[in-house]
Amino acid sequence: MRLSGKNMKTILIIVQKEFKQIFRNKAMLPIIFIVPIIQILILSYAATFEVKEVRLGYIDNDKSSYSRDLISKFEVSTYFTLTGEYTSQKEGQDAIQKGKTDVILEIPSNFERNLIKEKQTALSVQIDAINGAAAGVENGYITQIIQGFNNKIRMDLMPYQPQQQNVKRIQFTPSFWYNQTLDYKTFMVPGIIVILVTMITFFLSGMNIVREKEIGTLEQMNVTPIKKHQFIIGKLLPFWILGIFILFFGMNIGRFLFDVPLLGSPVWILLFSSIYILVFLGMGFFISNFTDTQQQAMFIAWFFVVIFILMSGLFTPIESMPAWAQKITEFNPVRYFIEVIRMVMLKGSGLKDIMPQLIKISIFAVVMNFLAVISYRKTT
Amino acid sequence: MNNNKSISVQNLTKKFGNFTAVNAISFEVEKGEIFGFLGANGAGKTTAMKMLIGISKPTSGEAKVAGFDVYKDTEKIKKNIGYMSQKFALYDDLTVRENARFYGGIYGLSKKQIKKKTNEFITELGIADIADNLVGSLPLGWKQKLAFSVSLIHEPKVVFLDEPTGGVDPITRRQFWEMIYKQADNGTTIFVTTHYMDEAEYCDRVSIMVEGKIEALDTPENLRKQYGVDSMNAVFLKLARG
Repeated sequence: MRLSGKNMKTILIIVQKEFKQIFRNKAMLPIIFIVPIIQILILSYAATFEVKEVRLGYIDNDKSSYSRDLISKFEVSTYFTLTGEYTSQKEGQDAIQKGKTDVILEIPSNFERNLIKEKQTALSVQIDAINGAAAGVENGYITQIIQGFNNKIRMDLMPYQPQQQNVKRIQFTPSFWYNQTLDYKTFMVPGIIVILVTMITFFLSGMNIVREKEIGTLEQMNVTPIKKHQFIIGKLLPFWILGIFILFFGMNIGRFLFDVPLLGSPVWILLFSSIYILVFLGMGFFISNFTDTQQQAMFIAWFFVVIFILMSGLFTPIESMPAWAQKITEFNPVRYFIEVIRMVMLKGSGLKDIMPQLIKISIFAVVMNFLAVISYRKTT
Repeated sequence: MNNNKSISVQNLTKKFGNFTAVNAISFEVEKGEIFGFLGANGAGKTTAMKMLIGISKPTSGEAKVAGFDVYKDTEKIKKNIGYMSQKFALYDDLTVRENARFYGGIYGLSKKQIKKKTNEFITELGIADIADNLVGSLPLGWKQKLAFSVSLIHEPKVVFLDEPTGGVDPITRRQFWEMIYKQADNGTTIFVTTHYMDEAEYCDRVSIMVEGKIEALDTPENLRKQYGVDSMNAVFLKLARG
């Protein structure tokens, strides 16, 4: 492959033609400008792990000042709304069954007496765990409130025995680095930008080439003296530029609408994404070599995108996947970009930190484009 | 090889597995000749043509197009031929001029050359007023004439036309053939497949393919005499029905 002037000229002619067609396509401009804004706005607010307004019912078998105190702790918490008091366990379970409440807290009789006399007692909590993730979060909230109550009681019960300090408690104050307020938007926005760049470059490049097959211009192209690499570069370069543009557009939306920090240098994100986009352009091209219609190409691309997104660590941490699934995520380019963009934006990581991901993505890019080039034939 | 031969084919064969699509065909086409390549659907015309334009490798046999070998020199062949398929191959979402600029650019023509050629065919077709319209908005007859003009933009030695007038009205077909004649007069070799037997009469020589073989090859006049009928239509029916 010689990069002579003539060579470049041919590539440029194809690029020009592609851009003309892209901007002449009425569906394209909304895809490029409006889809990113809507996706980032909606997904960033919707894709949160916070569970709010957990409905809590209680059974108070003690009716003491302590039990009322505990219940009031839940009442004042912003995470819970009280659905009411139930008189028996059966009534409480019925309420969960019918979906009237999410959690039942049962305070045993002699709750106060046991606390004062024996310094310990037990509580029963029942959680509707149809949504396992939400149940886990609710359990965390409940534990937190009960622990707070516990500490207060301790102070109440032992104020005048300063010498009796054998009950040493370990106090821990968590401090969340890189995202102090645990703002889910800070966490989600970079990931959603990655999804956006992935989908747009992957789908558009794949469909674009199959479209030429459908309308017959690809055959026409194969009868011209155009070289294989000129055609491929000319076809894919516009979508590469588009991908980079979407990336920066998305990052700016994140910055100005959501105050997502950019602690590291955008140069590293640019470097990583310029190779990353090549992976998906190669994949789109590869798929288009084996499909005859845009529908076929679209279905196959969707299949991969869904797997890539679900196994990217965007919505569910990779660490909590089973070992075999974690192995699979190592072949998921989306995973690496999400890691890198979060590292650079939120943590300020530099080139050295993202090097492992950069090497892996470069290997993907080479393999994918190699496959795409050898599977594209001007002659059958 | 004789320099006057634009295309020479000897025992050219293409097999797909056990099926022989093109069975050892041989013929020669002179420079500036209009060569009609006839046959029923599935007779192997398109397959044979694809081998000649360098997008399908022959199984065996030999062929040269514009002096270049179809095995070794497909890229050189592509520089020297024009091709217009039954599928309309201009871009609907580009204007007439933009299509010309694109295809001219692909063949390595300079901007100046492209402009000159484009203006030439625009004047010839009398379409100055629609030269900046999107091709998609034009009627089919116009599109076919444009596609033909664009396929000539790099002044190819041989032009392959694969059912160029399919679905076009008789007047436009007539005009299209006038364009073909004019091009042949300029020394361009025309290799054309068609289903219209009246068009076969316009060709200098005609070959008729039946089940992968060339069953007849001569001028329309001689073929009519040989089969004792008064039209190419009758010749074709006699041959194609076996």
